[in-house]
Amino acid sequence: MNRLGSIAATGLAVLCAAGGGPSARAAGATLSREDALWLERVTYGLTTATVSEYLKLGRRRYLDEQLHRRDPRLPPQIAAQIDALQVSHSSASQLLLAVTQEQQRINALSDDAAKQADRKALNEQGNHMAYEAARRELLRAIYSQAQIQEQMTWFWLNHFSVFQYKANDAWLVADYADTIRAHALGHFRDLVIATLTHPAMLQYLDNAQNAAGHLNENYARELMELHTLGVGSGYTQQDIQELARILTGVGIDASGREPRLKPQWQKLYRHEGAFEFNPARHDAGTKTLLGKTFEPGGFDEVERAVDLLVSQPACAAFISRQLAMYFVADDPPRALVEKMAKTFRKTHGDIAEVLQTLFESRELSASLGTKFKDPMHYVVSTVRLAYDGKAILNTHPVVNWLDALGEPLFGRQTPDGYPLTESGWASSGQMSRRFEIARAIGAGNGGLFEPEDGSAAATTGFPQLSTRLYFSAIEPFLSVNARTALDRASSQLEWNTFLLASPDFNYH
Amino acid sequence: MRRRELLHLMACAVPACTAAGRVFAAPPGSPRFLLVFLRGGYDCANILIPYSSAYYYETRPNIAVRRPTGQDTGGALALDSDWALAPALRSSVALLYAQRQALFIPFAGTEDLSRSHFETQDDIELGQAASGRVQGSPDLRSGFMARLAGVVNGAAPIAFTDSLPVCFRGSADIPNISLKGVGRLVFDARQAAILSAMYTGHHLQPQVEDGLELRQEVSRAMEQEMKEASRDALTPKGFELEARRVGRLMRDQYRIGFIDVGGWDTHVNEGSAQGALANNIDSLGKGLTALSQELGAEWRNTVVAVVSEFGRTFRENGNKGTDHGHGSVYWILGGSINGGRVAGEQTGVTRENLFQDRDYPVLNEYRAVLGGLFAALWGLSPEQVQQVFPASTPVDLKVI
Repeated sequence: MNRLGSIAATGLAVLCAAGGGPSARAAGATLSREDALWLERVTYGLTTATVSEYLKLGRRRYLDEQLHRRDPRLPPQIAAQIDALQVSHSSASQLLLAVTQEQQRINALSDDAAKQADRKALNEQGNHMAYEAARRELLRAIYSQAQIQEQMTWFWLNHFSVFQYKANDAWLVADYADTIRAHALGHFRDLVIATLTHPAMLQYLDNAQNAAGHLNENYARELMELHTLGVGSGYTQQDIQELARILTGVGIDASGREPRLKPQWQKLYRHEGAFEFNPARHDAGTKTLLGKTFEPGGFDEVERAVDLLVSQPACAAFISRQLAMYFVADDPPRALVEKMAKTFRKTHGDIAEVLQTLFESRELSASLGTKFKDPMHYVVSTVRLAYDGKAILNTHPVVNWLDALGEPLFGRQTPDGYPLTESGWASSGQMSRRFEIARAIGAGNGGLFEPEDGSAAATTGFPQLSTRLYFSAIEPFLSVNARTALDRASSQLEWNTFLLASPDFNYH
Repeated sequence: MRRRELLHLMACAVPACTAAGRVFAAPPGSPRFLLVFLRGGYDCANILIPYSSAYYYETRPNIAVRRPTGQDTGGALALDSDWALAPALRSSVALLYAQRQALFIPFAGTEDLSRSHFETQDDIELGQAASGRVQGSPDLRSGFMARLAGVVNGAAPIAFTDSLPVCFRGSADIPNISLKGVGRLVFDARQAAILSAMYTGHHLQPQVEDGLELRQEVSRAMEQEMKEASRDALTPKGFELEARRVGRLMRDQYRIGFIDVGGWDTHVNEGSAQGALANNIDSLGKGLTALSQELGAEWRNTVVAVVSEFGRTFRENGNKGTDHGHGSVYWILGGSINGGRVAGEQTGVTRENLFQDRDYPVLNEYRAVLGGLFAALWGLSPEQVQQVFPASTPVDLKVI
């Protein structure tokens, strides 16, 4: 037996001796290549629990669970980690109020040195809040059984992208992610309204400062270009300005104090959490958007405008194409996009239904194994394979790997979100970087098991990638090139590196 | 022979083969071109200030840069009787301008009217004929820098970016590497060979081979920097550090380069002589100066073009910032260019002359300007220029 064989056999023996592994029922069944590829595409990557669930339910019921029941069933240790986070116990408006008051206090300080020190401390707190948000997202991506919901949460976070370093967004991104998760498989219109009224978006694209006489068209433009219709779908610069006028007065107030308003404005005033619609800042004129006249009103103008946008055929087509790019192919088949757009129109933007059309399509089956993993899929799938449901104690290494690969959560500066295509992630510089990260993950020394509270770390070595899961769902389908490389590995570290760097593992 | 194949042969012949300067056939002294893309649409009117325009001061009550007043360091730096430079460039680009190594082209840009960052950036980087854009189906697989590299002998192209920019898309694989943080080498030659072999016959094979190879080259080039850094307490940061590294690589190996700089989308509180925009332009100016120094004697063979997707609204908006506009100001720098002037078609900066009563017009279409520049720099034939910019009409601004 060569060295690799002995390493692999040891992994398997350990797992069997410990009595671990899937249920007896699942253990009997096996995955076909097509099953394995399908699961790789539909989830963030294989784990023993995912495979056994799939074998138990079959594809149709598995998909139904994923789209409609979405039960995360987090391991207790992971649920406890999430529950211990500060962001899990504070609302966006609480955090925003706290940070705003602290900023006011600091600005009033007369001692410059104290001012600087306190500002720095506040920034660090903000960074920590954003880290907690990223940690929570990553733990859910790795451990939640509701894998489509988690991917869709990432997808919409990217579609309605915000940047943690804009204004106070670091304090708000956790709430923003949860807001999006609640609608990730719901109706698209609700998702648009939820992001439109969220303080993270209101700050990021400046609509908090958009007021009658002080027009700021930044958000209005991206709402049409990036969020709903897509560029070149027929709207004009005039439409952007009119939509910006409709959006005047949509802003933020964390104080909870209602402003003094003229009597005729009081009934139009809206306030929920940190979101505020202030009629005193709203342009009271008549507007024309996409040929439709908007008589002067209050926030209902905004709701009607969103209804108008999401009911455009261009919106159904644009959103369907984005989804198909994410789940199927960089240049998705037109027939598939049309089928999805039809479902979108028929169901008034029911995202779960649109995805059902996608996941049951011939086009998806035909594309299995050919989609290049973006860094999020890559990193999450490596951790899922390497630790297979075992709870990591420290998420910093995962955050760092995503940073190094150029796709940190809440880290896209521009509102277009990260690319969904291979060409955005597979240039020469990115491939060599990815191999270096493969080695870092394969080395297992990133500190994943050093508790974040500083208590004593458990000793860990290299992750054992050659497990029962590997032998049942990955090894049988490996390419000749990958096998050859694995045979040439002179250490466990090299073996891990080559597996994680192989084309087999970088596509799904 | 493709670069990759050449590298491959050399890797077989000489184990440590890619010592700087030996890889490429381009003779020393051959022209170099670097495209610097300011992503976000920089507010050109606050960098090249139209100080003779009363309308500029009227419509920018909070953010206008003060008229040149000689000694006052807060005012703009006069270039001629109409134009002045942002004071943040006093110790960098203003000095290059004084040595006739910098020029500015106002009213430059594209015919794209979407005012979308992303569409206009792509449009510029693709550089295709306007007819393709009107039909809404540009060929997304072919960027103009890739086509330029295809017509220039010994082009040795490279992008100094995290991912491959649209302008370098094409049939040939063009390497990219970010110079922001370059760490120690991770793989030895044997490991790199095994990794490469896994992608034999795969469509990513060129990227994988280039990536592993380039990583070694750059690590070697950086060794010198580390030696210098250990002697020098004042190590440059940010764009200046990147620009120095670019300068070193373009001095020794590469002839056609691309780098981008972000953070120009100033919708809110952009500042005037000081503030967010001034800080960003200061860092850019220092970086470009550092680049010129690092290139040494080769600076006189180098041309740098600084472009951005669009200008911004001529009037300030309600938040002491500016929104997406149209015409921009491009910069050309180089050790032996015909600089020290404001070049190209111009018009008076008045309300009547604004495009759609809001933005600078585009009088110097970028494909015409860059096409003319490339023709002069490399002596390209009209046919070659048409390969780079199909259906364009090159304009010679006598830059070279």
